[in-house]
Amino acid sequence: MSDATSAWICGAWEHPTRHAPDKSVAQLHAECALGALADAGLTLADVDGYFCAGDVPGGTPLVMADYLNLRLRWLDGTEMGGCSYIALVGHAAAAIAAGKCSVALITLAGRPRSTGQSVGVQPRRLDPDRPEAGFDSAARWTIAPMYGMAAQRHMHEHGTTSEQLAWVKVAASQHAQHNPHAFLRKPVTVDEVLASGVVADPLHKMDCCVITDGGGALVVTSTAVARRLKRPMVKVLGCGETAYTNHGGRVDLTRTGAEASGRLAFAQAGLAPRDIQYASVYDNFTIMVILQLEDLGFCAKGQGGPFVADGNLIAGRGQLPWNTDGGGLCNNHPQNRGGVTKVIEAVRQLRGEAHPAVQVPGCRLALAAGPGLVLGGGHAHSTLILSREG
Amino acid sequence: MTHDFTTDPYVLQQPEARPFWEAAARGELLGKACEDCGELHWYPRAVCPFCGSARTVWRALSGRGTVYACSTLRRADPPYTVAYVQLDEGPTLLTNLVDMPESAMRIGAPVRVVFRPADEGRLAPKFTAAD
Repeated sequence: MSDATSAWICGAWEHPTRHAPDKSVAQLHAECALGALADAGLTLADVDGYFCAGDVPGGTPLVMADYLNLRLRWLDGTEMGGCSYIALVGHAAAAIAAGKCSVALITLAGRPRSTGQSVGVQPRRLDPDRPEAGFDSAARWTIAPMYGMAAQRHMHEHGTTSEQLAWVKVAASQHAQHNPHAFLRKPVTVDEVLASGVVADPLHKMDCCVITDGGGALVVTSTAVARRLKRPMVKVLGCGETAYTNHGGRVDLTRTGAEASGRLAFAQAGLAPRDIQYASVYDNFTIMVILQLEDLGFCAKGQGGPFVADGNLIAGRGQLPWNTDGGGLCNNHPQNRGGVTKVIEAVRQLRGEAHPAVQVPGCRLALAAGPGLVLGGGHAHSTLILSREG
Repeated sequence: MTHDFTTDPYVLQQPEARPFWEAAARGELLGKACEDCGELHWYPRAVCPFCGSARTVWRALSGRGTVYACSTLRRADPPYTVAYVQLDEGPTLLTNLVDMPESAMRIGAPVRVVFRPADEGRLAPKFTAAD
């Protein structure tokens, strides 16, 4: 992208709440919007593009556009599950490049903790209009065993161990101890993960992410707007998105859409995995981090277990500083969706605004990646590559 | 024993899959194959996901396969096992393993279809240890 058509992340804000029983979902979206705009040095009156996904009240951008009285010339309500907010940065960049908007607001919010959802272990009632629903819902599948099967399969094919999975949680907990807003701040050991009880074989309780209320928002702008603002310049270098389905019954639970979305993002950025200094990679379950790191090219397929072991994802210690906010495993997983917090921590790293204990020195190239909806049930995936300029 | 699916929304709202549920009620497992490319797909649909042809036909399946992956949800009361089973004919489907010892629930285990009622009434395919 030339500068004339470039897009920049100028506002990034994570709601500090993890439990919000006295707030509405719309209010949380609004607070996130205001937080990200204030971070950028902008106001609601500056917003001319609004981007949201399925968590928004009413399932359409119109409801929050009305609540916030936005004056819009571009709306995007693409629902791709938890990766929507990563993909929507790419959509915003495309809209800005096409001259369709110049200040794009992206919001996510929800309160599954207050409403008592146990999304990992309660069967979902699928919409009967979904053509697969009659077949799949009869199995009373829930989130946890779907990822349990992926872990079992990866162990079977590649020799991955529960200890290696546990190292992912250990790294997240090492980072979360420095985050005052993190839902779980206590560092844990591999042995503690293995002793935390099995939820769905072979996944333990500590292989699973937290359930939190809250949200976050991003502001993506044109070059002209970004230059007027006083924030560090974070450029959108590359974005990729894809759908990874069950391919007509040819199921492979050891691969994810990260292969395709990562390839697209790296190609657009003109970079390779070895160039990346910090990576936010979605972590609803520890196994998902291993699968994506392989598919993104940080290690060979099947080598994700050894790659994450022995603290290799811990900032200041390992080869790939990862999820330095504590991720979904320890910090925050608002509305059961990880996308927005992944982008926010990548922006913090590029601005030099991460906690000093986890800040990557001189961080200039970062990646944010994640899936949406359910591995094994068909998922979307998006990868974003960002740079610090100036 | 009769199983009534006339009030089951997962049957009523999917006319294209109705022959599957009628066969399941008789204890038969059907799949959809394409008359143009010859491929069998899962879940059954009116349009072939491999070549785009609308000439798909129902085909009786053996009901035999092997466990591709399985995971027991320990948090449920009682616990139950979600599985992907690869049919001998090729496609892999999401299902449960039932009426078999936990020690036999492993990748590669041979299994055969049995039908059990879903919450809404239709008889759905599950799998148990093959002899």
